[in-house]
Amino acid sequence: MPTVYVNDKPVEIGTQKLNCVQAAELAGVEVPHYCYHPGLSVVASCRMCMVETGDLKDGKVTMIPKVFPGCQTPVKDGTVIVTGDYGKHDSKVPKLPYDPAYKPGERAKKSQADTLEGLLLNHPLDCPVCDKAGECKLQDYSYQYGRSESRLVDEKNTPPNKPHLSSKITLFTDRCILCTRCVRFTREISGTAELQVVGRGHHEEIDVFPGRPLENKLSGNVVDLCPVGALGSKDFLYTQRVWYLKNTDNVCPGCSTGCSIVTDTNKDIVYRLRARTNPDAQGYFMCDEGRWGYHYTRSTDRLTRPMAKVGGTWQPANWTQLLPKLKYAVDEAVLMSPKRVAVVLSPFLTVEEAYALGSGFKKMSDQVRLVLGPVPAVGEDDHYPKDVKGNPVQPTKFTIRAEKCPNRKGVAAVLTQLQGEVIPFESLVPEFGQLSALWFAGGYPNPEWVNDAVKAPHTPPALLVVQDFFPTKLSEAATYWLPATAAFEKEGTFVNHAGLVQTFARAAKPPVETRSELQLAFDLGNRRGLANVAAVRKDVAKAMPAFANLADVKLPTTGKRLELATV
Amino acid sequence: MATFEPTLLARIAKPNSGKLEGYRNDGGYATFEKVLKDKQPLDVVTQVKDSGLRGRGGAGFPCGLKWTFLPKDHPGPIYLCINADESEPCTYNNRILMEKDPHQVLEGIMLSCYAIKSQCAYFYIRYEYGTAYRTLQAAIDELYAAGLLGKNIKGSGFTLDIFLHRGAGAYICGEETGLIESLEGKRAWPRIKPPFPAIEGAFRKPTIVNNVETMACVTQIMKKGNDWFKSLGVPPDPKNPRDAGSYGPKLYTIAGHVNEPKCVELPMGVTCRDLVEKHGGGVWKGRKAKSVNPGGLSMGFIDVNAPLKGEDGKTEYDIPLDFNGPGKVGCLGLGTAAICVVDDQTSMVDVLHNVCQFFSHESCGQCTPCREGTGWMLKITDRLRRGLGRREDLDILVDVADRIGIIPGTTICGLSDGAGWPVKTAIRKFRAEFEAAIKDGTKSAYTKLQMAAAH
Ligand SMILES: Cc1cc2nc3c(=O)[nH]c(=O)nc-3n(C[C@H](O)[C@H](O)[C@H](O)COP(=O)(O)O)c2cc1C
Ligand code: SF4
Ligand code: SF4
Ligand code: FES
Repeated sequence: MPTVYVNDKPVEIGTQKLNCVQAAELAGVEVPHYCYHPGLSVVASCRMCMVETGDLKDGKVTMIPKVFPGCQTPVKDGTVIVTGDYGKHDSKVPKLPYDPAYKPGERAKKSQADTLEGLLLNHPLDCPVCDKAGECKLQDYSYQYGRSESRLVDEKNTPPNKPHLSSKITLFTDRCILCTRCVRFTREISGTAELQVVGRGHHEEIDVFPGRPLENKLSGNVVDLCPVGALGSKDFLYTQRVWYLKNTDNVCPGCSTGCSIVTDTNKDIVYRLRARTNPDAQGYFMCDEGRWGYHYTRSTDRLTRPMAKVGGTWQPANWTQLLPKLKYAVDEAVLMSPKRVAVVLSPFLTVEEAYALGSGFKKMSDQVRLVLGPVPAVGEDDHYPKDVKGNPVQPTKFTIRAEKCPNRKGVAAVLTQLQGEVIPFESLVPEFGQLSALWFAGGYPNPEWVNDAVKAPHTPPALLVVQDFFPTKLSEAATYWLPATAAFEKEGTFVNHAGLVQTFARAAKPPVETRSELQLAFDLGNRRGLANVAAVRKDVAKAMPAFANLADVKLPTTGKRLELATV
Repeated sequence: MATFEPTLLARIAKPNSGKLEGYRNDGGYATFEKVLKDKQPLDVVTQVKDSGLRGRGGAGFPCGLKWTFLPKDHPGPIYLCINADESEPCTYNNRILMEKDPHQVLEGIMLSCYAIKSQCAYFYIRYEYGTAYRTLQAAIDELYAAGLLGKNIKGSGFTLDIFLHRGAGAYICGEETGLIESLEGKRAWPRIKPPFPAIEGAFRKPTIVNNVETMACVTQIMKKGNDWFKSLGVPPDPKNPRDAGSYGPKLYTIAGHVNEPKCVELPMGVTCRDLVEKHGGGVWKGRKAKSVNPGGLSMGFIDVNAPLKGEDGKTEYDIPLDFNGPGKVGCLGLGTAAICVVDDQTSMVDVLHNVCQFFSHESCGQCTPCREGTGWMLKITDRLRRGLGRREDLDILVDVADRIGIIPGTTICGLSDGAGWPVKTAIRKFRAEFEAAIKDGTKSAYTKLQMAAAH
């Protein structure tokens, strides 16, 4: 088995083609780096990842006298990597037979300190007012590898900031370390190539071409990519210090790509979404619509408490009184004529919610119909990178999907399981007048998606319960309008366009007067107590072979791809 | 020495030396036609390799050897790029060849392309060289008209096109992979190697990059033979197994504080002293030399008065200007063989500040050590010349100069080596002068020069 030695520690690399940074990572050693990013081309220009390399052959180690950028240097069987952190390595690992005169790690360490000194020369050191502070690689590495004092006594360069870079993103030019990650992103991933380097030498700056600001649907990724506080998201700017944020692994509900994300919250308020690396879902990035699409959860128009229609006008209700009423009305409708009762499960629900609600109603009567809620489709799948004319170029590196919901496949799978077929919402609409009861579990961030599906106003069913964020044609006609919860506000499971099953945790509590969809399913279905996602998940796993490993296996945070024959 | 007959510059003084007719009358293109008829490409490669010709662009890499790095039996295209970016300060030998004897260079390109099986050569010319560009274009037009370029040249089955490309106005465009990027229409940011251009170069195809003078040498080697070539210059040092020798004639440019700045052709290995005192007419204004750049600014400085160890009475001034000579006195190498003389009335602080200005302005800026290091060295030297230096500044300068470059492995290209050598050699060799200037707070007398431009 091909073996590489990292700070004396042997690691097997198998058949993988790795560079020194990656090989070191396998061995649990971090090689600090700025310009290198696994999703972008290698330019090896920041010179932060310097390592010492050599070969172990026939029991002899030969080290090369120069230092090398680890990101650019491939490893093979017998490669010896010594990093600047050699001094910190586990002393129990036996030392390789180096030449006695060789001092492992000394040159790499010096070289890294030199690079940092260079990077900090013209850096403003304005951490106290910088958004990146706390998660900045310049801070982190300076602390770990840098020198504590600057030897520069001359004036620093002070290039002007560039808030005009984009409507969404600003550039603090003086903080930039010119790693060119952002430039490469717009050239290699979005393909839109708005960013460039202008000037030469130490007067170089990131800039846009005149009249062509950084406006593309993936632009926000450059903020995630920027290892320092140079590129800032105007949306997040100065709202929070990052060390107050709670980071929760989540899945973006914006489209059926289902990007793995991190949701950053403080005191149950969502402040920021970031892409989380997941090769099975989307890779390293996410789109702007998803990234900045969380605002509806904080909208002042959002319904945050239950409402009951009294004498034609909405009156706030309270759950204690409302619940028995709701339950009675539903039970009665099912009892009188189960065929005239329908339950709409939107593709924004989690698998668990859809299952709990669906199976609850089916338990009341098998004749209750379960219907898949409107599936919003906007335009066509949008593939990146694009060429200058805006046409997609192969190979595709990112796709924003036309299907603007996270879990059509998951909900459809549940419906197929529970009633053998998926009834589309459109086929139910003409029947509205004949229904005695309709339960609409929505959760649509955009009310138009519901309005478009409902089309012209119909005679509403006698009992219409709508759970949704915003007023729609449907909620206007409802008897009860209940608040909904957003993806960040619950624990659950989504199945993306490719059948990837991702479970996620709750990042924030929903508004106080909100009762989650799952809780309502428990309440209506006579399951006592607080809704329990794990219990439902077990039920799902038992009932549906495709979801079998939801139950006992703790799914990796990157999810698991399932074969869903039903969708 | 006075009897040396120039070969590369033999025709430059002739009237209309750039015209095809005159070149043919002097036996031009006869070699090319003979090679097309009688020789296989590999024969040319072998002959150039055996001649010991080392590249004239600065690095002195054996020319024939570089050609053999191309992949064998490649389906093509293979490209030849001619490096005429000539931006090393004080260097103008390529320019003279292009302006005064373009056909000698073009014949070398044709021979080289035949050797490496390339059907397409890109001639990358420094933007400021307008005259060279126009002269070469006229010469190439003549060649097409005469059927010496284009498809199936003279029925030999060999096809060749030569395209001129005007440079992007930066020193870094002369670095071979920077040149390739620039040729492809991008910013001239040197590429990381490997892959080397011979494997993946212009348009991601195998590419050889050679200097203009190297091409002229190929013409003469194929015309006059290896015995002639090897009769000139310096054989390999038997004590240095890695020395490939310094054979052939070389164009030296003499600039700076001399009476007669000029370009001369001499066998490799002429001493610095001879170049200045004999060929350059001595130091101007009756002064003495203090320091000399042995081959362009990036090679560093020699101290004219520093004695050579073990060589009685000789000083650094007496080093031979072959590929090895400058290295013996702590300089980087021969570089472009452009020597620049600093007289004894000139402040080394000013000289160094000027040098730092050049490199910080020309750093392409992608590598942190080079981008920041060159900028920092400029700021320090600027402060020194304003009389605000501190003693520790000298140590910082040497420290920075020592740690940037491909030699310690901290950068992508050699520009940063070139930026470091003049700084560390100047301070190591003239430290007393720097220290005195710092102590006295001497302010510089010179004002920044305005650059003239014509193209
Ligand atoms: C910063 C820098 C600038 C260079 N400029 C030139 C140049 O102007 N002309 C040139 O021929 N070579 C230049 N070189 C050297 C080239 O990279 C390359 O080695 C040369 O063109 C190869 O040609 P040769 O083998 O014929 O010498 C430069 C190298 C560096 C690092
Ligand atoms: S703005 Fe950020 S990502 Fe872009 S080059 Fe500068 S440091 Fe790198
Ligand atoms: S060493 Fe300097 S000039 Fe060369 S690639 Fe790096 S930054 Fe550019
Ligand atoms: S991370 Fe390797 S040089 Fe930048």
